[in-house]
Amino acid sequence: MKKKILSVLLLVAILAVIPAFSSCGGNDLITLNVYNWGEYISDGSEGTLDVNSAFEDYCAELGLNVKVNYSTYASNEDMFNKLDSGASSYDIVVPSDYMVERMIANGMLEPLNFDNIPNFKYINDSYKNPFYDPQNLYTVPYTYGMVGIIYNSAYVDEADIGSWDLMWNEKYSGKILQYNNPRDAFGTAMYKLGIDVNTDSTEDWQRALDELKTQKPLIQSYVMDEIYNKMKGESAYISSYYAGDYLTMYSDNEDLAFYYPEEGTNIFVDAMCIPKGSRNKEIAEMYINFMLSEEPAIANAEYIGYASPNSLVYENEQYIADMQDWHPDSMDILYPELDTDGEYVASYYKNLPEESLSTLNSLWAELKIDTGTETWVYVTSLVIVLSLAAFLIYRAVVRKLRSRMY
Amino acid sequence: MKTLSKVFIALVFVIMYAPLAVLILFSFNSSKSTGVFSEFSFRWYAELFSSPETFLALRNTLILAASSAAIATVIGTGAAIGINAMKNKYVKGAISSVTNIPMMNPDIVTGISMMLLFVFIGGLLSVTEVLSFWTMLIAHVTFNLPYVILSVMPKFRQMDKHLPEAAMDLGCTPLQAFFKVELHSILPGIITGAVMAFTLSLDDFVISYFTAGSSFQTLPLMIYSMTKKEVTPDMYALSTIIIVTILALLILSNVLGAKGDKKATR
Repeated sequence: MKKKILSVLLLVAILAVIPAFSSCGGNDLITLNVYNWGEYISDGSEGTLDVNSAFEDYCAELGLNVKVNYSTYASNEDMFNKLDSGASSYDIVVPSDYMVERMIANGMLEPLNFDNIPNFKYINDSYKNPFYDPQNLYTVPYTYGMVGIIYNSAYVDEADIGSWDLMWNEKYSGKILQYNNPRDAFGTAMYKLGIDVNTDSTEDWQRALDELKTQKPLIQSYVMDEIYNKMKGESAYISSYYAGDYLTMYSDNEDLAFYYPEEGTNIFVDAMCIPKGSRNKEIAEMYINFMLSEEPAIANAEYIGYASPNSLVYENEQYIADMQDWHPDSMDILYPELDTDGEYVASYYKNLPEESLSTLNSLWAELKIDTGTETWVYVTSLVIVLSLAAFLIYRAVVRKLRSRMY
Repeated sequence: MKTLSKVFIALVFVIMYAPLAVLILFSFNSSKSTGVFSEFSFRWYAELFSSPETFLALRNTLILAASSAAIATVIGTGAAIGINAMKNKYVKGAISSVTNIPMMNPDIVTGISMMLLFVFIGGLLSVTEVLSFWTMLIAHVTFNLPYVILSVMPKFRQMDKHLPEAAMDLGCTPLQAFFKVELHSILPGIITGAVMAFTLSLDDFVISYFTAGSSFQTLPLMIYSMTKKEVTPDMYALSTIIIVTILALLILSNVLGAKGDKKATR
């Protein structure tokens, strides 16, 4: 009997504990669901400013009980699918340029009320009214950055640098890294050849593929975030990656150097938006405005290491001094002169039409997979499955025959 | 031959534990690099304990694992009792293989089908935010169930079928017979099932990924989202702590188990 009571009590205890954790009470508690990239906000580690709790404090001063519910994603596509399933609602998301374009086209974003975001005036004019949001109704830029080439100055000859050709240089065969993602990998070849990266000509994509095929024997491996360790540990000497991430690598290996290839390169902007279905639009606008104010904006820019379009950041003397402590040329690396009299060409990856995307994906498959292996894999798996099934049937039959004998 | 077998065992251990050893080693590295060990330091442990995000995710993970394991254990034990009591041999076989399907299914299939189901039901009930802690809990209980059933069932087979009958002969009601006699003999199976459910739920990524809502992020989801930039070494520190905790629990349970065995043989 005691056991019975005990088990009932246990069950009650379990059921009572769960709701207590999942929904904290509070009458006027407002939960703001922020969905951002991983490692993309100053979070209070190593004495930095904890931006989310600073925002909660700021709201508390205004008499609002706000709780920031912060979760993270690893790619634009992850975020898009989560929102598109319609099963969860967020108040803030931070997609990249091409994804913003796609989300606007799908009617997934809420127009912003810029009266609630007065700090928008600090945004650099070059980043207002961007191609993905021509009237600037939906977005406030958060960070931006450009792709350049990172090389190890201890092994790479200074005479060889300057253009994308470095990634095709046979001298460094086996020490070159290429992106393991079709858009960025094809991008490197297209900038090298001077092809428009948003082209819809199949012939152009084919030419880029041929270029990548000539590069393939020189490549150590196709990688994404392993780039950090390979470059820092000097198992590879050359790769292309974002300027901000170069600074992170530089902190651990001062032999690493960086340049923007002369043919031009890719630029991206990650922008704060409010998706449709947000239930606290005004608080979300307050959050965006708060992110643009001086202290949080600088804390974020120093934590992430990417360039900020906010003039309160890039004109701040303390910020400039901190960045120069990090790397003497960091301001030039993060904020290069853009487009003034054709000084430097940087282009966005735009949202590709369905047709180009499928061309790109099939060409990528052609590059990555040597023809012939595919059928070989399928045939082997089939043989294994069939022989397993045959063995099982054989055993069952044998058993049956034996049992009949007795 | 003897040396050869020793070499073989050593090799197996090296292959099994080398990754963990490397992880533990670099959790004490003073720099971010995983290529060069610069200096011994507790820097990443200090950083881990000053990061509220990580602790929130860890707390979420533990809540989810504990509650899903508890619920799955109760339901799974009940299911095992029911399956065991079935008279018809074919129905029994059919039911126990059907309960195994969620275990054999690839996680990704379970995850996507769960998400579709939740979204579909959410649409029917016109709930906008159907994905939440509760959907994750349902999904975790679902994939934990077969493991509990699978570890409880053999205990019924091992148990002497006449034991509950004897108890009832001596005046127990069927319910009393179950709690006083049967439960004791299947208890090791229940505990194994609960522990297995807990650990499986703790490290599940794929199913959580599809069923998580905006308000509840677990540790595996958080670590995955770091891969856009770099997984920070405080995660190595966290993993080291988890490994050491599990090792301590394992040693403790083995020591206690060995003691219990000694008592039993006496």
